[in-house]
Amino acid sequence: MSDMTDTAGPVLAADGTPLKRSLARALRRQKMRALLLIAPLLIFILVSFILPVVDMLYRSVQNGIVSNTLPRTVEALADWDASTGELPDEVVFAAMAADLKDAAEAKIHTKVGTRLNYENPGMSSLFRKTGRKAKKFDIENGGPWKEELIDINKGWGEFDNWRTLQTYSPAITSGYFLNAVDMRVGTDGPEMRPEDEQIYMKLLGRTLWMSLAITSCCILLAYPVAWILANLPARKANMLMILVLLPFWTSLLVRTSAWKILLQQQGVINDILVYVGLVADDSRLVIINNQFGTIVAMTHILLPFMILPMYSVMQTINPSYLRAAKSLGATDWTAFWRVYFPQTVPGIGAGSILVFILAIGYYITPALVGGTKGTFISNQIAFHISTSLNWGLASALGAILLAVVLVLYWAYDKIVGIDNVKLG
Amino acid sequence: MSALPPYATTGQRVWYYSFRVICGLIFFFLIAPIMVVIPLSFNAQDFFTFTKEMLSFDPEGYSLKHYRDFFGNPDWQDALWNSVKIAPAATLLSVSLGTLAAIGLSQPHVPFRRAIMATLISPMIVPLIISAAGMYFFYSRMGLAGTYWGVVLAHAALGIPFVIITVTATLVGFDHSLTRAAASMGANPVTTFYRIQMPLILPGVISGALFAFITSFDEVVVVIFVGSAKQQTLPWQMFTGLREQISPTILAVATILVAISIALLTTVELLRRRSERLRGMSPT
Repeated sequence: MSDMTDTAGPVLAADGTPLKRSLARALRRQKMRALLLIAPLLIFILVSFILPVVDMLYRSVQNGIVSNTLPRTVEALADWDASTGELPDEVVFAAMAADLKDAAEAKIHTKVGTRLNYENPGMSSLFRKTGRKAKKFDIENGGPWKEELIDINKGWGEFDNWRTLQTYSPAITSGYFLNAVDMRVGTDGPEMRPEDEQIYMKLLGRTLWMSLAITSCCILLAYPVAWILANLPARKANMLMILVLLPFWTSLLVRTSAWKILLQQQGVINDILVYVGLVADDSRLVIINNQFGTIVAMTHILLPFMILPMYSVMQTINPSYLRAAKSLGATDWTAFWRVYFPQTVPGIGAGSILVFILAIGYYITPALVGGTKGTFISNQIAFHISTSLNWGLASALGAILLAVVLVLYWAYDKIVGIDNVKLG
Repeated sequence: MSALPPYATTGQRVWYYSFRVICGLIFFFLIAPIMVVIPLSFNAQDFFTFTKEMLSFDPEGYSLKHYRDFFGNPDWQDALWNSVKIAPAATLLSVSLGTLAAIGLSQPHVPFRRAIMATLISPMIVPLIISAAGMYFFYSRMGLAGTYWGVVLAHAALGIPFVIITVTATLVGFDHSLTRAAASMGANPVTTFYRIQMPLILPGVISGALFAFITSFDEVVVVIFVGSAKQQTLPWQMFTGLREQISPTILAVATILVAISIALLTTVELLRRRSERLRGMSPT
């Protein structure tokens, strides 16, 4: 083989270039064309979606506010050794007085107070109260500042406040993340918060637990439906398929409001139960604004996402396998469990991951039918963005949620392949 | 399963019928909550349950007053207008960019295909609250928050995965020798695209467009964060309505939205069958 090419020389294309190079060029051109077609959308998604999400993630560690508002104090505090347990010296207090004067004049002293208050409650009022007097400070001739500041507010004489300031002076902080996993920076590094302040890990646990419950309910309900759709004659199956697709196409809010109406204490389900006599009129069931309401409503909303992948897998299973198993003496149950069921596992896997991913990030339905006990971590993120305005903590919680989702997304891509997602 | 054989035992018979009953109940669970909204929206009272008059089919028990409220109330009308203005613009943006990219992705040699696909599908996977928060922070800095175009851009990004999925699915069955045949007969790439490729993938493109439309039309989380009161859409108005004092007008709106979804679903189903026929695949 090698002898032949040596004597005959390289194979040439029509224009005289070696065929190998000509083919490589054609392939390169093809790749370029494909990329050029994709480029506009890719850029669009990167700018309008990926960049905002990355930017939000950066907020979870960003902490420029302290060093920007109190630059001199941060510099002076760098030399202070907190482990001695003594207050910083006069240099630091003088720097703080000068910083506070500038900040109060620019009216930004309350912002840094709010930021530090997340870590050490009470610091917001310390900055607010001192800020009122700080405008009149005479930096050149006043002092000594240590006595003066402590005189204005005793908070300046508290060791803990200074330690918090020093801990949160770098421009990058792990504080929000520690907060999001119910930890805080104590005297000897990170430590768990007291039991009664641990809320976020519990909430994340509840989110995962409820998503798992919803996924299991979906598997149980979707399996028979997918089976019957795959085994009925095409015409009937198409008719029934519409019953699955209609909820899929109906607005999420319509379905949520329907459940709100059905599950209310004066709603349709309770009315029927009272009418039938199962429940007394004065002891109507509480089935909304709790975990039960969220699980029922979300199972209904996510069920089509489980049925469709299961159905497309079951459709490909040859019915003669079941017949073969039975002819070899298997009972109905053995034939199903040993022959049919193993072949449907890919469908169950695909549906489960999809439903779990969608469930874990739900916001609207838990907010409307979940009350206080049936809310998800998304609701807490929304609360911190729009009500408590603790954006750093919201971003940290979001980053944790996103990490869980991305791991599942990666698993989905490995197991099912992104290309195989089907809609209707 | 398809039919009960004549030699089936009693146990098999019982299982066969009880299985059908179970399936019937699950289908009922799927469809009943949506259907229950429709009669309730004609309630003459401001209740969220069936009144005695309604159950005895007394005409007195029914009325169109919630619909009158929907069409007469400026809040609801503004919300409807905003939805109607935002959704088509977002759809147009995601369909035009999405179709181009889907054609690019279906070429035989695409470098980093998997990574690109994963990126383009990600808006569907990332929890909405995270997208909403990120867009809110980022768009505020760009001066886009609270503007019409800000909401359109955000919604277009959310609709893109659906366009990509449906159009690539149609392109899987596309016979590339057709474009080569057109080229061999002297058609330039643009003519080939419009005369050969486009008519064949059109059903997929339209389904993708309908998906993108419904995504934007139903979307509430992102618009709450990115939009301002001026961009209050129909779902947003419903969300506030459900959260604060729940008014029966919501039932009328819900019924109208169900009617729209039925229309869209029918269109998509017809298109899907047509596309399968065009590509010579047997209807399933």
